[in-house]
Amino acid sequence: MSVESLFPRLEPLLPKVQKPIQYVGGELNSTVKDWDEASVRWALMYPDAYEVGLPNQGVQILYEILNDLPDTMAERTYAVWPDLEALMRAEGVPQFTVDAHRPVRAFDVLGVSFSTELGYTNLLTALDLAGIPLEAAERTDEDPIVLAGGHAAFNPEPIAEFLDAAVLGDGEQIAIAISEVIREWKGEGSPGGRDELLMRLASTGGVYVPKFYDVEYHPDGRIMRVVPNRPGVPTRIFKHTVMDLDEWPYPKKPLVPLAETVHERFSVEIFRGCTRGCRFCQAGMITRPVRERSITTIGDMVENGIRESGFNEVGLLSLSSADHSEIGDVAKGLADRYEGTNTSLSLPSTRVDAFNIDLANEFSRNGRRSGLTFAPEGGSERMRKVINKMVTEEDLIRTVTTAYSQGWRQVKLYFMCGLPTEEDVDVLGIADLAKKVIRAGREATGSRDVRCTVSIGGFVPKPHTPFQWAAQCDHETVDRRLRELRDELRGDKEYGRAIGYRYHDGKPSIVEGLLSRGDRRVARVIRAVWEGGGRFDGWSEHFSYDRWRQAAEKALADEPVDVDWYTTREREEHEVLPWDHLDAGLDREWLWQDWQDAKGDVEVEDCRWTPCYDCGVCPTMGTEIQIGPTGKKLLPLTVI
Amino acid sequence: MVQRLRVRYAKRGRLRFTSHRDISRAVERAVRRADIPVAYSAGFSPHPKISYAGAAPTGVASEAEYLEIGVNRPCDPHRVRADLDASLPPGLDVLDVVEARDSGLADRLEGSAWELRLPGVDPEVAAKAVEAFVTADRVEVERLTKKGLRRFDAREAVLSLAVQEGAARAAGQEPDWPCVILRMVVRHATPAVRPDDVLTGLRLVAGFAPLSPPEVTRLAQGPLDATGEPADPFDFDRVGGNR
Repeated sequence: MSVESLFPRLEPLLPKVQKPIQYVGGELNSTVKDWDEASVRWALMYPDAYEVGLPNQGVQILYEILNDLPDTMAERTYAVWPDLEALMRAEGVPQFTVDAHRPVRAFDVLGVSFSTELGYTNLLTALDLAGIPLEAAERTDEDPIVLAGGHAAFNPEPIAEFLDAAVLGDGEQIAIAISEVIREWKGEGSPGGRDELLMRLASTGGVYVPKFYDVEYHPDGRIMRVVPNRPGVPTRIFKHTVMDLDEWPYPKKPLVPLAETVHERFSVEIFRGCTRGCRFCQAGMITRPVRERSITTIGDMVENGIRESGFNEVGLLSLSSADHSEIGDVAKGLADRYEGTNTSLSLPSTRVDAFNIDLANEFSRNGRRSGLTFAPEGGSERMRKVINKMVTEEDLIRTVTTAYSQGWRQVKLYFMCGLPTEEDVDVLGIADLAKKVIRAGREATGSRDVRCTVSIGGFVPKPHTPFQWAAQCDHETVDRRLRELRDELRGDKEYGRAIGYRYHDGKPSIVEGLLSRGDRRVARVIRAVWEGGGRFDGWSEHFSYDRWRQAAEKALADEPVDVDWYTTREREEHEVLPWDHLDAGLDREWLWQDWQDAKGDVEVEDCRWTPCYDCGVCPTMGTEIQIGPTGKKLLPLTVI
Repeated sequence: MVQRLRVRYAKRGRLRFTSHRDISRAVERAVRRADIPVAYSAGFSPHPKISYAGAAPTGVASEAEYLEIGVNRPCDPHRVRADLDASLPPGLDVLDVVEARDSGLADRLEGSAWELRLPGVDPEVAAKAVEAFVTADRVEVERLTKKGLRRFDAREAVLSLAVQEGAARAAGQEPDWPCVILRMVVRHATPAVRPDDVLTGLRLVAGFAPLSPPEVTRLAQGPLDATGEPADPFDFDRVGGNR
């Protein structure tokens, strides 16, 4: 049973929408396989606009890995903007993949990658446009398995009723394993329908099927317990960890979009995981342990990626890129290789560390010294101890002094507001720090031509972190502190004009907090928001706090809980959290102790260079730290 | 820079939805993939020396788009044609490459031939509208440009406009769905008279208003010859044969 391309029906709509090129596919290195020759068919979705979704590494990697399997095919689909959504509804055109414009409902799996919870309403739009029932319970054998992955899937409970399944952790191996289960089941004639397929997936222990678990509540609204409702279903579901990144050198054929996207570069993940132990950082907690890609694999991937894509920028990605054990040799080796080719290198996510200036110099050898970015995150010494961001004011000033004296003119500093135990003085401390940075810069250069930009965002407590029990700061307090900081910076005659200030208001953080630590009851809120027109909640021009607030009041009216209960309430040690049955390997007692240490300003070291501090991940998951140095160097490329 | 290469390329099918900026990014990447020794500008942020002449609007297909690449090493135009074409996505197709003999390419692009496919239109209605347009002295139209709403004459620049014989099928429609094809040659002027301006004109003079958006293709652009048709702008560069 083949499916027809929807393109002939889509094409007449395209001249009427903004940036139609994002819907036509045909990117360099994209793959269109024969529908009938594949036995397992995946539609992979990034639930945001194409310009954000296309560069996403997770989707690109899975797209390529699945298409590399002989009997599996994968196509991509993205959130359509409201202008096209309206036309598709009017003309009855369903959600389509951009590769061959096939209807999403015809696939076996709709795999959705959630980097952020703010994509939840876009999932509902896509399901609805696809003609797939929103609630998993209403789906039939004609509907795909709706499967969530990505960091937000570590607590999928708020969207549990819209999902058939969720997967935690690295997707490479589990995607192949799921494909295999589906291929076998279909080969047998799909016995027992989708229920049996879900059962087969759940019984592996690596796939979470929400409907096989019941959630029971206390009268006061807290969760009493989460239990399997049928035999053969594991009580805990574990995350997946790819141990040898050198065996998975993807993407090998990076997608090169025609439309403009948010990251116009070829990205190589140089390691996965981070054990710096920043307590606010969900990514650092759920991706342990650290697994480095070797310098030689990085070199090969960069060479291949540039050749395949034609991009003129290479980004070396990770959670803290300067921490790679051979980053100095990687930087020097790549800078040597690409000298004079107008290929620029970038190193996002670096810590405040004088060593990083040498790196930055290496990376900007072609003469571009625009700006350096550092993330002290907390404005006061005490605050940085609470969050375990082990950076002192001295470190920061020394680093920026070096940067300014070596020709950099602009330093960007990232902070958070609303951190646990934070007081006004901690946020106002950011102003002091920024002024000291400028003073150091003027002294180092003997010039007033130095700038510093303070960028600040609201903190959201996340599952599987020591702050999962913390009360989120209310948006009124966050907004007040941000205003006071602004006045403090702008009002300064000596330094004010040298300091830029960028901030967002605190309301979106409350919604993100509701979705991050919500449970299954929050699904009603998401649905009500979506029905009320909520789309693209990650975009300030589309986001409406009032819509969320009103929807929550109505949807939770009969419950003993409300938005504040989910966000600004501190949890007790033994309260069952909605994600407690989902195992990232972190020992719950260790997380609790780390939360207590945070309140006592006690810091914890990085286990890469000091003894293990017993977070629990390696023994639980059977993993271990994989780092260099390998001692190898990158050889120059021979130019033919 | 030792040589300038002139490239004629097409944007076809679904790639007609690329904007000018989309194309320039795609070309820059293709040049790198094809290992063409493109020259870079000097300065703080060096740019590859690639220039574009008279790009067709987003959503309009074209068989005759032009760009020029400055290179640091002499290149064989035939090889560049093949390499660049292989490095661009299907739908952005390189048709012809010559070595430039002067700097006058943009000036040589005096006019364009356009084809407009209008699905669901009655050929007789179209013919009457064309007649009314062609016999008018001036047809004032308005269009929102970067400089605001501009009012200008869309008639004078139109050298020829006619309904083509024979119906054809429009994309996405059933084969029996009638489709009228208009062909016209328009002289490049300031402000530019674009195919949609002529459609606006047809609506103003004869109430001609197709329901679906037209599929527009630029067929050719170049120096206007004695018959009022655009000739090949590379003829000048080819004198003396290809090097």
